[in-house]
Amino acid sequence: MKHLLSVDDLTADAATAILDDAERLEQALLGREVRKLPTLRGRTVMTVFFEDSTRTRVSFEVAGKWMSADVINVGAKGSSASKGESLRDTVRTLHAAGADCLVVRHPASGAAHRIAAWGGASGPSVVNAGDGTHEHPTQALLDALTLRQRLGSLAGRRVVVVGDVLHSRVARSNAHLLATLGAEVVLVAPPTLLPIGVEQWPVSVAHHLDGELPGADAVMMLRVQAERMRGGFFPSAREYSISYGLSARRQALLGEDVPVLHPGPMVRGMEIASAVADSAQSAVLAQVRNGVHVRMAVLYQLLAGAEGVS
Amino acid sequence: MLPAPEAVGPPGGADGTATERELLGAADVTRTVARIAHELIEKTALDARPVAGADSPRVLLMGIPTRGTTLAARLADAVAEFSGVRPGLGSLDTTLYRDDLRRRPPRALESTSVPDGGVDDALVVLVDDVLFSGRTVRAALDALRDLGRPRAVQLAVLVDRGHRELPIRADYVGKNVPTARTEDVAVLLTEHDGRDAVVLRPAVLLPGTGRPGSGS
Repeated sequence: MKHLLSVDDLTADAATAILDDAERLEQALLGREVRKLPTLRGRTVMTVFFEDSTRTRVSFEVAGKWMSADVINVGAKGSSASKGESLRDTVRTLHAAGADCLVVRHPASGAAHRIAAWGGASGPSVVNAGDGTHEHPTQALLDALTLRQRLGSLAGRRVVVVGDVLHSRVARSNAHLLATLGAEVVLVAPPTLLPIGVEQWPVSVAHHLDGELPGADAVMMLRVQAERMRGGFFPSAREYSISYGLSARRQALLGEDVPVLHPGPMVRGMEIASAVADSAQSAVLAQVRNGVHVRMAVLYQLLAGAEGVS
Repeated sequence: MLPAPEAVGPPGGADGTATERELLGAADVTRTVARIAHELIEKTALDARPVAGADSPRVLLMGIPTRGTTLAARLADAVAEFSGVRPGLGSLDTTLYRDDLRRRPPRALESTSVPDGGVDDALVVLVDDVLFSGRTVRAALDALRDLGRPRAVQLAVLVDRGHRELPIRADYVGKNVPTARTEDVAVLLTEHDGRDAVVLRPAVLLPGTGRPGSGS
């Protein structure tokens, strides 16, 4: 595997291999005196973030460092992109400066694909760490790992994904990956927050949250992406909260061991009640921990492989 | 030390085209594991009466996946049976520490588990099926160093096939098998392969490396 741009790049076997490796890596690091593996020594990973992020960037940085790669963070602010340099020139510069892998977050959908295509066969590996409203494959992998740990297996499980599907690359990647892994995905959102073409996704769609919760094996809340919204998609935060927020009342409709996921950052009180976010059912911090191990597994698969041997 | 490989006839193949020679059968494997267990008890003084002023050592068997882990479990059973003391049992995946990671396609990771109490001040016996170049053992020593500081490290292998590339030797050897580089020694265990045996076969060379694809 040279790049990870989309969950469509992953077969069920390839995705399962990444999840298995992530668990092995967690196990290998457990209770150690030195939390560092020499696996990627001498490799250079650059995180190129043209959009703000805490957990994804930190997670990739920690993952790279725990595997002994040299990790360099490049932000749009403070890089020549703010002087008007084109994305292509920025990327060529980073490759010439020695990047073996670029972890790219960009507000434009498809940016990671373009960067991978510009590099060609000799270019750096590219990991899509979120492009516009398109994809966020490592988030989908860490969610799948969290669900697998909580549910045992994903096959036949019913996962309810709630909220701003329209602007959510997390929802898109998750819907496809979970379907690949055999889960049944139900999207619950107001009609205004569903993308055109959602009927071609491997999911079913509902608009009323209360009706979907009792049969759910897991609930995945999404962030309302106010920064991407141009215009009114719902009347008010309060109304959104009443219709689609995961309140304590709604939590009671769920089975006791049904995990609740949120990719973060959470808007407490609107998307999810504080009491739910901090309850034992919440898998939010497990998601963050799994994120590091999943990204270690992805870097391992992309960078540890043979040069010239496929 | 065994002086030379025993002559073993081709198994079955009356036409003489057999490509596989059996070096140890199921009973030999069982006997060999038992002998290593006895040597281990003697050398680690597992069942020795307490010596004045000295603690008896905490012995951990760490298998190198996959067949080393299985052998370590069998060895632990044998040691427990013969000495009445059960050594700690763990497994140590060396993949992340290998020096040939860039030369091969990425390998799936195997499990690593450390017994309660960790490796600090323990006598750690690494257990593997075949000792070959010594690179796996080097990787295991590096992995072990990151886990803590054992009092001492020993190495037990079912087969030593020679061709060392590093200054490494085993403390316990089930059988020395002089081999050619064009051959491959396969340890078969019931848990993985349906039967216990050690067989010699023509090696499958890894493309582009000119090196055998298995054995370490």
